[in-house]
Amino acid sequence: MLLNYLKIAWKVLLRRKFFTFISLFGISFTLMIMLVVMAMVNHITGAQAPEKRIDRMLFVSLLNQQLRDGGNMNSPMSAHFIDRYVRTLKTPATVALTSMTSTVTSFANNESLSLDVRYTDGNFWKVTDFEFLDGRPFTGQEVSRADRVCVISEHTARAFFGTTKGVAGRIMELGIYRYRIAGVVPNVPVIRFYSSADVWVPYTLSTSYRTDSRLDGEFIPILLAGPGAEALPAIRAEFAQVMRRVEVPDPKAVKKLSAHADPALASITRQLTNHTTTEDDGMGVFLLGCTVLGLLFMLLPALNLVNLNVTRILERSSEIGVRKAFGASGSALVGQFLVENLVLAGVGGLLGLGLAAGALHLLNGSHFIAYAQFGLSWWAFGWGLVLAVVFGLMSGVYPAWKMSRLHPMDALRGGGSGPQ
Amino acid sequence: MENLLATSTDTRAQLPLNGPAAEETPVLQLTNIEKVYQTSTIETVALNRVNLTINRGEFVSIMGPSGCGKSTLLSLMGLLDEPTSGTIAVDGRLVTSFSDRELAAIRNLKIGFVFQSYHLINDLSVVDNVEVPLLYRPGMGGKERRKRALAALDKVGLSARTGHFPSQLSGGQRQRVAIARALAGGPEIILADEPTGNLDSVMGEEIMDLLLGLNRQDGVTIVMVTHDEHQALKTQRVVRFFDGSQVG
Repeated sequence: MLLNYLKIAWKVLLRRKFFTFISLFGISFTLMIMLVVMAMVNHITGAQAPEKRIDRMLFVSLLNQQLRDGGNMNSPMSAHFIDRYVRTLKTPATVALTSMTSTVTSFANNESLSLDVRYTDGNFWKVTDFEFLDGRPFTGQEVSRADRVCVISEHTARAFFGTTKGVAGRIMELGIYRYRIAGVVPNVPVIRFYSSADVWVPYTLSTSYRTDSRLDGEFIPILLAGPGAEALPAIRAEFAQVMRRVEVPDPKAVKKLSAHADPALASITRQLTNHTTTEDDGMGVFLLGCTVLGLLFMLLPALNLVNLNVTRILERSSEIGVRKAFGASGSALVGQFLVENLVLAGVGGLLGLGLAAGALHLLNGSHFIAYAQFGLSWWAFGWGLVLAVVFGLMSGVYPAWKMSRLHPMDALRGGGSGPQ
Repeated sequence: MENLLATSTDTRAQLPLNGPAAEETPVLQLTNIEKVYQTSTIETVALNRVNLTINRGEFVSIMGPSGCGKSTLLSLMGLLDEPTSGTIAVDGRLVTSFSDRELAAIRNLKIGFVFQSYHLINDLSVVDNVEVPLLYRPGMGGKERRKRALAALDKVGLSARTGHFPSQLSGGQRQRVAIARALAGGPEIILADEPTGNLDSVMGEEIMDLLLGLNRQDGVTIVMVTHDEHQALKTQRVVRFFDGSQVG
């Protein structure tokens, strides 16, 4: 039976070329956009260099201070906070420190360069997976001594020296200071929020680095869990426990402190959905929003396809009448029409995958997002197929139901109704 | 439904392969059938107190002027429509209160249709068209379907056209395919709605001869709506209708 349905589906696709073109265009274009968005999300939060172990990482991106006057202050943390409350955690395998990037102007070959600088500790290079093109990372000892060393990106190395080889050990000027280059690493896409930069330098050289007891600052701890599924929840629980013990430095002004150790995506959703003070990281709301947006985005072309399908049904009323006369039940006809629509959606899905691959190739070539190399993965392919099926069902269920309800005599007469 | 299937299979197996097959066993019984089409302003009586019995092995013609209710009657006999009142029995079993799904199963097992305008599926080959009724036969595999479809096509003399598409056939050949499709499921009864209506006289005669042969040699029960007196007189019984009532 399925073979018969597939034969019909294929013939219908070939017979109604304009209809097929319109349908495939709607499906494939919609899927292309969704796949491109998913590839970008995957690129931000997926496990790839230099964050290959991102699924074992937790980030404490914000410290929230609830003020007594009703206001809120959100900021990264001070080195003091991280040293006292985060590095002392027992459950993480490694605690590293990073910062948001800041811009420093430098000159290379008489040209002004605007470079993104990130402050890190020595552990940063242990929790990340940079492939060194030249040299090595700076060490914890160099960080402790506040040595003026740095790691630079391939792009920076080429801008200053025209090569990535033999750069380690050379000196470059960054702002008003001279730094010894420890190593060169490949470019990191700017959308890797916790690791990308043009230049990485020890956090002890940051102007925000102080040794007083302020809690807010510009640093973000990265907590790397050991292997095992239970490691992350244990770290989150221990961190939550520690946060309850953190002393409020200015109780007259600050009512309560909150911070959470979150996986990468959750650390973003917490900020996007304004869940900085709650245990809930806003992931549910975020995913619900994305799902609703995605469905709404697919709804318009799906409605268009529903309309086309209903019209197509009337053209095939003779076939429906014959099948009903010879014993097809309503559900058998619904099944047949859904198979046809799924075939159409499947072809559209494959085209959408091709279009998405092309769009990502163009996007990568345009350098719209610096150093990003978006690509389709099996994960995206799987989702593409799931989306195609959802699309096929969305656009096929109503017309199929309408078709199954056609009276056989009306169908044989060509969709009309009434007596002979 | 299994009982209906068993009855169907057993009865067909007992049918003589040659010679007149009419027996006094009702295949189809219509009792006090009324069919009224109601719109917001008009009530049209299509059939008025019709009583009709079709016995196994019979070839019955239904005649009458256009609009007299012939096709409505045929659609009621084929369980494609419901009567406003009255009862329909298939193989002695009342089906008037059956659900759509049950009626579909009975149509599949016991009834074959031949339409004036063939109603072949243009996207399917001849043999795939003939297989259509068998697609809805529970438990029947692809090989068995193909075997039965080819046998039905052989019966109507179209063995050489199995891979053709309807658009590649003449009108007469298309109607032969439609008859093969009606035969493929081994039905108790074939209902033919003006099967020669779209054909010229030569092809019409060929189709009529084919139907007569199926009835006389294979004992297939046939009810045929026709306008053609000459063809009707070749059948065993002629039932005449006028303004929705049986007049002869």
